[in-house]
Amino acid sequence: MIAEAGLAALWLAAALSLLQLFLGVAALRPGGESLLRLVRPIAVAQGLLAGLAFLILIWLFLRTDLSVELVAANSHSAKPWLYKFAGAWGNHEGSMLLWVTVLALAGAIVALLERRLPQNTLIATLAAQAAIGLGFYAFLLFASNPFTRLSPVPVEGNGLNPLLQDPGLAFHPPTLYFGYVGISIAFSFAVGALVTRDVGPAFARAMRPWVLGAWIFLTLGITAGSYWAYYELGWGGWWFWDPVENASLMPWLAATALLHSVTVLATRDGLRAWTVMLAVVAFSMSMIGTFLVRSGILTSVHAFAVDPERGTFILVLLLLYIGGALALYGLRVGTVKEGSKFDFVSREGALVANNLLITVILGLVFIGTIYPLITEALGTKISVGPPYFNHAAGPVALALVAIMAAGPMLRWRRDDLSKLAGRIAIPALLGAAILLGLVLLAPDIGILPLLGLTIAIAVGAASLAPLWGRTLRRTPLFTWGMVISHFGIAVALAGMASESAFSRETLLAARPGQGMRVGPFTARFDGVDPVVGPNWTAIEASLTVRRGADGAEFVLRPQTRLFPSAPTSPTSEAAIATHWDGQLYVAIGQADETGRWQLRLWWKPFVTLIWLGGALVAFGGLLSLIGRLRRARRGGTVAAESEGDAVYQPAEAAA
Amino acid sequence: MKPKNQRLALLVLALVAVAAAVLLGMQGMRDQAAFFYAPADVARKGRPPAEQAVRIGGMVRPGSLRRHADGVTISFLVGDETAHTIPVRFRGITPDLFRENSGVVAEGRFRADGLFVASEILAKHDENYMPPRAAGQGQHKSESLE
Repeated sequence: MIAEAGLAALWLAAALSLLQLFLGVAALRPGGESLLRLVRPIAVAQGLLAGLAFLILIWLFLRTDLSVELVAANSHSAKPWLYKFAGAWGNHEGSMLLWVTVLALAGAIVALLERRLPQNTLIATLAAQAAIGLGFYAFLLFASNPFTRLSPVPVEGNGLNPLLQDPGLAFHPPTLYFGYVGISIAFSFAVGALVTRDVGPAFARAMRPWVLGAWIFLTLGITAGSYWAYYELGWGGWWFWDPVENASLMPWLAATALLHSVTVLATRDGLRAWTVMLAVVAFSMSMIGTFLVRSGILTSVHAFAVDPERGTFILVLLLLYIGGALALYGLRVGTVKEGSKFDFVSREGALVANNLLITVILGLVFIGTIYPLITEALGTKISVGPPYFNHAAGPVALALVAIMAAGPMLRWRRDDLSKLAGRIAIPALLGAAILLGLVLLAPDIGILPLLGLTIAIAVGAASLAPLWGRTLRRTPLFTWGMVISHFGIAVALAGMASESAFSRETLLAARPGQGMRVGPFTARFDGVDPVVGPNWTAIEASLTVRRGADGAEFVLRPQTRLFPSAPTSPTSEAAIATHWDGQLYVAIGQADETGRWQLRLWWKPFVTLIWLGGALVAFGGLLSLIGRLRRARRGGTVAAESEGDAVYQPAEAAA
Repeated sequence: MKPKNQRLALLVLALVAVAAAVLLGMQGMRDQAAFFYAPADVARKGRPPAEQAVRIGGMVRPGSLRRHADGVTISFLVGDETAHTIPVRFRGITPDLFRENSGVVAEGRFRADGLFVASEILAKHDENYMPPRAAGQGQHKSESLE
């Protein structure tokens, strides 16, 4: 009965979203004002129903109700509860239901909380949100029903893919979905503003928290995915320019650009048409991201067994939405008035440069991701890999990071280049010193890591500049947020450069008792033991490791796991010891006939900075979001002067 | 500058940026056209120069997998539906899904004598998952359908 209740809730939610769209459109027509009051409650009810359907699915998974086809195909009664829970979205149908649920709940939140927008714009926004939701309800109900019953009921389920049985599954997909959906809300706001011809600072301020929120989640999702791919052996490390990775990077890039342009619109009333365009692009990218990973067009752990029908369905949805959005944009962009003007050397100018460079990177990643798919469809198979992305996007990214360092030092409206040079002198000198030191001490680390480390240090110092000479306690939260996010980018860059410059590796086949060295560590292979987990058995090696001559001993236990419920090949579980200055990473391979075991040890100095940087970026976003929301609550209209205090001030004192 | 002119200037800048992106991308893509090699490609187009890192892909030929005495180096042949094969040597721990008669993608360089020295063997796939087209070749062919 419970599965049927879930299905009923889903149908009801779909019906309500149709009603929401219909009423929204009717309410905006002349004479439809009486309908306005109805749209908000409907949006809330729709969100609750979708949430109910999702909770029911989780309940079915937790109970391992094998009469439901989806549970039987993807779960197993012996699984730990975390993977029963997270396994609800570790499959195609469940993940699409999660998508829709987040979308509907976000719509409900907009309906409940948004007070700044004119009512017409809000209604148009909710109608747009309903239109997006409808497509996904249709997809779920007609092509991916998660509540289908199975008869006869099997004795045991098929189990979840062992590769997905990882805490990352509980975190990585939902955060990315929150991000995708947040962008779709921002897009709905843009549609609403276009429909009611209301593109201006008020719209930008209503949209900004959603962009910011989406961007925080995307940042977290990408960071988590990167760490997961790093500790899972054979997934290519922390970043691989794999199409599924690009599918999450492209919306992030677009959201990053949007985040910066929406600030110009909210603060200075500039870049109106461009901001709306970016909202359209960001939404298109998140749709393309969903399409790429869910249609089965790419083979990866993300592409759950998919039939072509579903891929076609998503493709049609994608074309409808993007085409509709672009058509609306084309029709209405003429009505968007000119924004206010600014000098090219100014905060706005730097933000425009940021937007252009991000757009270029986005274009490059997009071409590199889509082009091989197109040529493959036409019969020629080409493979685009890291060399393309590093060579094409790398230099642009470094230029972007340099702009990021200079931008916050510029004042709104107009500034002076010679003053900027004075402000940036200290970080630039610091960078030059680091470069010199690296060239002297570590001349053979390669050009990209060298540049990366130099720029990371210089930009890290420069990104703190907006705090210099300020009373730190009175600095607004969103200024703190900006500083921390920019600093986080520098931290992540330093981690990437350090990882590729200074990693040390030892690979050998060892007998029990044998010793080995990697970087500053000495290790002894003590042998292997069988161990038993909740739903797996494993061969576990143990290595006694010591740092330097007199460091404390610790033991690392990499495993090879076998999951009897899913008779697949064994999965490798690396053992990782985290130190303040890096990670020791140990994996075990196979044994040979003479009793030797393959062992691989890496010492990766400061590799943790990559994800620490990502976390800092997200944390900065969070501070910024809190700062904005608090200010919005305190005073209705946020005047430009309150934002102007993010201007770099001590330069005047110095000059 | 009048706002109107500024809008125009920004538009031109944006167009220039996008055009630059496309040019950069196309340029990079031209180099990339020679990034992925199936055994038949090597036979047809010849080997890429030794300094160029490339990817090869195909099936691990049954019976060709051999372990070296150091315990961590393996050799095998990568074949496709043609009779051509590429000899590959790899030093490292193979991914969980690597075995004979299954799909493989390797990154590395060709030596002058035709041996492909792999620096990395990739396996992002799982055998539970059907490749989109079972008859596909190379990267997208993750597993044979036993």
